[in-house]
Amino acid sequence: MLLIPCPHCGERPEIEFAYGGEAHRVRAADPRAVDDASWTDYLYIRRNARGEFEERWRHAHGCGRFFNLRRNTYTDMIDRGAAR
Amino acid sequence: MSQSFRLAEGGRIDRSRTLAFRFDGRAYAGHPGDTLASALLANGVHLVGRSFKYHRPRGILTAGAEEPNALVGVGRDEGHYTPNLRATQVVLHDGLVAESQNRFPSLERDVGGLTDLFWKFIPAGFYYKTFMWPKTAWTRVFEPRIRAMAGLGRAPEIADAACYAQRYAHCDVLVVGAGPAGIEAALAAASSGARVILCDEQAEPGGALLAETDATLDGADVASFLATRLSWLQAAGQVTILPRTIAFGYFPHNMIGLAQDLTDHLGEPDDTQPRGRLWQVRAREVVIATGAIERPLAFPDNDRPGIMLADAARTYVTRYGVLPGRNAVVFTAHDSAYAAALALHRAGARIAAIADLRPDPSGELVEAARAAGLPIRPGCTLTGTEGRLRVTAATIARRDGGAGERLSCDLVLMSGGFTPSVHLFSQSRGKLRFDPALDAFIPGEPAEACRAAGAAAGTTSLADALASGRAAGEAAATAAGFTAPPAMAIAVANAPAATGGFLGATPHGRNSGAVRAFIDFQNDVTAKDISLALREGFRSVEHVKRYTTNGMATDQGKLSNMNALGIMSAELGRPIPEIGTTTFRMPYTPVPFGYFAGYARGALFEPERHTPIHDWAEEQGAMFEDVGTWKRARYFPREGETMHRAVARECRAVRASVGIFDASTLGKIEIVGPDAAEFLNRMYVNAWTKLKPGRLRYGVLLREDGFVIDDGVIGRLSDTRFHVTTTTGGAPRVLAMMEDYLQTEFPELDVWLTSTTEQYAVIAVQGPRARDVIAPLVEGADISGAAMPHMSMVECRVAGIPARLFRVSFTGELGFEINVPADYGRAVWEAVFDAGRRHDVTAYGTETMHVLRAEKGYIIVGQETDGTATPDDVGLAWAIGKAKPDFVGKRALDRAAFAGQTGRKQLVGLFTEPGDVVLEEGAHLVTDPDRPPPAEILGHVTSAYWSETLGRSIALALVRGGRDRIGETFHVKLSDRAIPVRLTDPVFYDREGARLDG
Repeated sequence: MLLIPCPHCGERPEIEFAYGGEAHRVRAADPRAVDDASWTDYLYIRRNARGEFEERWRHAHGCGRFFNLRRNTYTDMIDRGAAR
Repeated sequence: MSQSFRLAEGGRIDRSRTLAFRFDGRAYAGHPGDTLASALLANGVHLVGRSFKYHRPRGILTAGAEEPNALVGVGRDEGHYTPNLRATQVVLHDGLVAESQNRFPSLERDVGGLTDLFWKFIPAGFYYKTFMWPKTAWTRVFEPRIRAMAGLGRAPEIADAACYAQRYAHCDVLVVGAGPAGIEAALAAASSGARVILCDEQAEPGGALLAETDATLDGADVASFLATRLSWLQAAGQVTILPRTIAFGYFPHNMIGLAQDLTDHLGEPDDTQPRGRLWQVRAREVVIATGAIERPLAFPDNDRPGIMLADAARTYVTRYGVLPGRNAVVFTAHDSAYAAALALHRAGARIAAIADLRPDPSGELVEAARAAGLPIRPGCTLTGTEGRLRVTAATIARRDGGAGERLSCDLVLMSGGFTPSVHLFSQSRGKLRFDPALDAFIPGEPAEACRAAGAAAGTTSLADALASGRAAGEAAATAAGFTAPPAMAIAVANAPAATGGFLGATPHGRNSGAVRAFIDFQNDVTAKDISLALREGFRSVEHVKRYTTNGMATDQGKLSNMNALGIMSAELGRPIPEIGTTTFRMPYTPVPFGYFAGYARGALFEPERHTPIHDWAEEQGAMFEDVGTWKRARYFPREGETMHRAVARECRAVRASVGIFDASTLGKIEIVGPDAAEFLNRMYVNAWTKLKPGRLRYGVLLREDGFVIDDGVIGRLSDTRFHVTTTTGGAPRVLAMMEDYLQTEFPELDVWLTSTTEQYAVIAVQGPRARDVIAPLVEGADISGAAMPHMSMVECRVAGIPARLFRVSFTGELGFEINVPADYGRAVWEAVFDAGRRHDVTAYGTETMHVLRAEKGYIIVGQETDGTATPDDVGLAWAIGKAKPDFVGKRALDRAAFAGQTGRKQLVGLFTEPGDVVLEEGAHLVTDPDRPPPAEILGHVTSAYWSETLGRSIALALVRGGRDRIGETFHVKLSDRAIPVRLTDPVFYDREGARLDG
């Protein structure tokens, strides 16, 4: 079980969290201005990286906040300095 | 039976007490300190199992967790039965009952042993090539027979009578393994002030020290040295010592799974005491001191009972006071076998020969054996053995050829050197490094905060193991923020380093196609099988493993891995590091399911959610159904009523007078703040800005991909406060989705979200007389039709309790939903029910609710929708706020992919011909029922009921282009026939909505 650094509550076991998928995907401020191909990418395309990956977590059974962290998807090691 | 192979003295057993036990129905005796394996050997029993594939007779090979042969079923009765325990790990207790496995009718005469006669026809992977013909024979003949043959042991047939505990723990330093290195590591860490957990799989700490009788440490014998160290550890205060505890898995971020046996070693455990405890230990630093495992040598017929690893034999002599045989042939490539030969020799056994693969063995141990007059045969190999249920002879020959010499024996010891136990380190994703001097993989770059020590790290002498443990303990303490005081090195005497080793198949000069040298004893994989896999083109070690099953199951490479690599290396002409090694998977040894289940059994397995009105419904004899984790009243049968008749009665009552329904499970979210309306505008398809306080609106929620994910009625209490309802199962998902958008996409909005699902009980009163029922109970509000129209709400008191009263209908009748604080739910429910008696009020359940809403064509998200339905598909396009620039899912719906699409499945109603057939939900619609498959599927039934109101069956369906094909006839394929259906409008009853006003 991962030990996840919540930026608000500190390190907590994974069981308290919900996974939020890849980080830094931004919903366009005006989706009408985005073409179909870009919107399809936004909806469906993910990096699915093996190795370093920036992802979102929500401390669902704690403070409830979303946050980003960097995790190595192969070793599961978390960049504990980079949580934000 | 007497313990005729028990030595008169020596070992760590208590000869003053005798323990009686049974194996395969026969009575034996042993002593405290024995394992089942050592006690059986003391009684002269080697034959303990039949092998997995060939049903070959097998004996005890090892003295530890790596045992592949001596797998036994243990338990005094069915409720306490555990299969596949390794006899080498089963602590003997009085009254222990064990049985062998994989044999019928008995170990000595096993019918399955016939398989062994056909061994040449069933090499590795034979099942990929055979059983191909005739086609039907697979399901009828081959598969049932193979299934009957396959598997080891039998699962108990009744529930586990024992209970299990679970515990979380934290420590600064976890030390796995309480051998010489582990104890030193724990002492070093503890002396720094760190909190230490020291776990060990065996009944007493000590590891290899428990079998060491020659060495002296700081001038003391091993036993007193060990006792002193352990007393220091116990006195250290912050140390938890866990014997009988296996570290079975290394999980991310230094969480280690431990399985601690609590009562298996006791004679008659009390079932109210847990049998075992699962520990989840989060350690700052880990020291892996798991030792090393001796390798077998792969020579022809190396698997007969009486053939044993040399160090295991030494352990049986020195630790358990058991002579595993009286006339031994020793076959080795490693010095440690000499220590074993010496121990047996001193205990009175005859050593017929020591065949050493090495041309010129030397070193302290070799010299000691030579001095003792043991017949050493350098440069020799074993070319075969004899004996069916016990080895009777071995043939020794020069390694470089020549005639063999047949030696009678009752014991063959073998040693191919030691393999460090890197399982936990490998599970932690640490990188292994091949050490050419050791011919072994040892821990390299770690991935977690851990380090290996002792034999697991590749040390070859007791002195090195102790020093390595000390250093690892100090390093772990330092890394955890502590400082260990300096310590004196321990003076070790009479414990020479042991070196040597051999990987692969040993030379034997025989036709290699005609002999079997076992690599993996548990899975019956031979050297020939590995060669076959290579001949067939497998190159990757992972592929060879899967093709041959080498190192699978509980072995996990403990005994088999390195010899298989040795063969691959020799045949492919590539060094072992280039070939690599397979992944070591958890668990290290099998862990009973009960440990993982822990307390989560019975009522605690998945806790049920009950509404405040649950007990009332139960008292009325309601039948319940599971909706998510909720228990919901499905219908309220009267005496002798079937579900069909009860639902028909409930439906009639709601349409004719009034019904009362517990809707408390509806998900509820309170949305509050200056930007609450704007937030809802962005989340739901509907327009919310103009909804007046005191009014309700049916909301539809999409995912960003444009498909319906939830719906529910939303009430506006004030400019800045909304009462949102969701589907019963959808509340957590919807709240999480709202939080996601609010926190990450629309953080500028000033809104708070609060789950209120369990704050309110919801009492639905539905039917033409609904207003008459509740009117006398309502204070502070005018609920007349004029003052409170359909889809409005008011805050008032009902039966004296503050309430949010909604005028809303999921039945098509005049209806109200009364939201009151959950604690008052039952009281208000009973007050309404009492008031309703004059109007013949009827309690109804979810089944009637489903029928009534289907008569009105109201969808249920998750029943009419399946995650691929747009609002238009299910007839909800009207709900979309057309003027809104944006909402979740809008951009996806605007894509050309949707705009240009015709023939999407659309919601329609179905009338069957004849009208008394109720369709099956999920059944497919086709045009021509007689067309042979594959037929074009035009749609599927989403809901199907008997409509008491219409006096016929009705169904809802999603049908391709369905709205334009109303009136056409299709066919619904059921399992045994096809039913003609006519497409209709999905609203079957009161299309004008006149009944909403009573």
